[in-house]
Amino acid sequence: MNFSNLFGIPSAPRRHRGQFSRRNRERFSLPHLSSSLRANRKSFLSPTLNSKEYIIALAGNPNTGKSTLFNALTGLRQHTGNWPGKTVVQYRGSCNLKGKKVTLVDLPGIYSLLTNTIEGEIARDFICFARPDAIVIVVDSTCLERNLNLVLQILEITPKVILCANLMDEAKKKNLHIKISELEKKLGIPVIPTAARSGKGLNKLKSAMDDLICGRITTQPYRLHYSAEIEKAISEMEIELAPIVTNGLSPRWVALQLLTGDSTFINGIEKYLAGKQIDGGDSE
Amino acid sequence: MSEMSEYEETYREIPPTGVKMQILEERLLNKAAEKARNIQQNWGDRIRDEITTAIYRHAEKISGDVVSAGKEKTSNRNKIIEIDDIVTSRALGFPLMLFLLCFIFWLTIYGANYPSDLLSGLFSHLENLLSRFFSLLNSPEWLHDLIVLGIFRSLVWVVSVMLPPMAIFFPLFTLLEDLGYLPRVAFNLDKLFKLAGAHGKQALTMAMGFGCNAAGIISTRIIESPRERMIAILTNNYVPCNGRFPLLLAVSSLLMGAGIALSPGSLGSLSAAGLVVLLVVFSIMVSLFVSWTLSKTLLKGVPSSFTLELPPYRKPQVLQVLIRSIFDRTIFVLFRAIIVAAPAGAIIWIAANVSIGGESILHHVAAWLNPFGSAIGLDGYILLAFILGLPANEIVIPILMMSYLSTGTMLEISSLNAVKELLIEQGWTWVTALNMMLFSLLHFPCGTTLLTIFKETGSYKWTAAAALITTFTAVLICFLVYRCAMLMNVL
Repeated sequence: MNFSNLFGIPSAPRRHRGQFSRRNRERFSLPHLSSSLRANRKSFLSPTLNSKEYIIALAGNPNTGKSTLFNALTGLRQHTGNWPGKTVVQYRGSCNLKGKKVTLVDLPGIYSLLTNTIEGEIARDFICFARPDAIVIVVDSTCLERNLNLVLQILEITPKVILCANLMDEAKKKNLHIKISELEKKLGIPVIPTAARSGKGLNKLKSAMDDLICGRITTQPYRLHYSAEIEKAISEMEIELAPIVTNGLSPRWVALQLLTGDSTFINGIEKYLAGKQIDGGDSE
Repeated sequence: MSEMSEYEETYREIPPTGVKMQILEERLLNKAAEKARNIQQNWGDRIRDEITTAIYRHAEKISGDVVSAGKEKTSNRNKIIEIDDIVTSRALGFPLMLFLLCFIFWLTIYGANYPSDLLSGLFSHLENLLSRFFSLLNSPEWLHDLIVLGIFRSLVWVVSVMLPPMAIFFPLFTLLEDLGYLPRVAFNLDKLFKLAGAHGKQALTMAMGFGCNAAGIISTRIIESPRERMIAILTNNYVPCNGRFPLLLAVSSLLMGAGIALSPGSLGSLSAAGLVVLLVVFSIMVSLFVSWTLSKTLLKGVPSSFTLELPPYRKPQVLQVLIRSIFDRTIFVLFRAIIVAAPAGAIIWIAANVSIGGESILHHVAAWLNPFGSAIGLDGYILLAFILGLPANEIVIPILMMSYLSTGTMLEISSLNAVKELLIEQGWTWVTALNMMLFSLLHFPCGTTLLTIFKETGSYKWTAAAALITTFTAVLICFLVYRCAMLMNVL
């Protein structure tokens, strides 16, 4: 298979500015999703800043059982389906972690952060800009290799990640064995094997989530190394980006995004930086 | 332009004290962005490729270290990759696709002859019984004619012409779907759609369109970009749906295999199947060409890319496929056709038998349409049949037969051969048959599809555009074919 075909060349940014007035910002409808960044930040950032409520996002490839896990954790009955691309908007539900109220966000399934699909943008913008307290990446244990691409990309953005190796039952059926502790050591993050459909491993996952948001565990996320040329370019840009890219966003990741030339992301960053002033200046 | 307005909006929202800071930060970011741009210019696409490959290599290594698999499963997986290499290969992908398509059509046409004959024999027997029943009741002649010659005959047509090919075609198609072949088809066609400025997933929605265009249009929801989605919606109707396949199959067997119904020669069926494959390929080409035109004119833009998951090949559950395709699809489509065909049959019969000024209404309308019809190598009755077939394309042929029968001399339809004679009597040539098929392929969407387009786009304008663009292509191509045939004196 042709790998370069899997990740796309960015298209021209599609924005529908005019239709997005202040008043109807909170209303999501499909064509506006990619540009609902500000709405995301408003609706998701403020609880984080208030630090009364934690936000945990569920991310992962399509069809790995994120929605099943989401339902199992929140007790909601969001429709789950067996086709990629079911979740196009983010769903929110609350879940109780040892007395703490946690908002769980079910992000649309994506294969990569380097895509220019609406789902990709929603997931990426949420991970980058809404700064959830933890991200649970749900992976399909029967095809770990493909799922790891997204994991490695998210680890570039944030260290607050738990890997949920879902569909372990199917992996067992396929005679696949995954060395969980070794994977944990390699990736530097907690790895919890689960079978969300039958509810196996969910308690372990919950306590890992709790441990992570309370800071009882720290992670040493796996660092990707690129060719010397790229690394050099990244470090040069990092120096310039370091003073402006703060608030938990990794300068290295921003540099990478600039290098891959994703215009929608650059727009997002510019808005994010502009928005920082609003958050600081406004008493909102 | 759009980026400008975005900046404006950003500025407007920033409180005065923040402005200075913001501009400074933007400049810093721009410096980094400029550097990135410079590197990009020097390296081109290589950066993206390199970064992507690096991620893949790392993922591969980690998973290789961590996952251990039982031996048989690995070999199984390799087999899938090997099969995929062949099925989606440059050299064999397309020929294999065409061969499979041809094989399915051949099986459908060849296999449908026997049950078709059997059914029409059965129904003519039933018609006799029905006629006797009416005369027993001493009912007026018009009532008998309306019900038996109008409604019953159109139902018989729908059932005996459509049921056998559907009962063969649907299960075969579902088997391919179950096997996981359709996403491979989309994979093969992806490049072509990209070239046409459309989204690669349009290949999938198009494949759905072969089942039902309305379903195909709903499935365009998987295309994220509104521009590409609109292209997919507007061009979905070019590929023939199940309602139109029977027409294509019947007319092409009439055209290619003379007397096919009497002596079902496999050669005739094969050439008829070949013709249908050519038409399908042609419809895909038109779909691509119109997509290209749209992406260059009304809906300009760059195609976005996507990831297509090739699901594992699964051994299809044959029995389940049979049951599912017969009950879910065949019966469903047939039922829909019957519901539309019964009133349409009644209307046609009334139109053919109520006279104004010595000629039937049907004749008046057909005569009025005739100049236009003849100009594009068809006739007034064919156009009328297509217009009346708006609710469902399945009933175009039955309507046409009924209209011809009410004006012609032959009254009983016993076989495809008799139909052929009827058509020749009505002045059909091979160009008429070809244009009939082309018009059916390219003309306006059926009522259900139009309604779906309206629901999906929420716009009367785009719905009208869908109808106009398709009809325009149909008229244009039929006209060109007719003119060329006339010029070359091959009529």
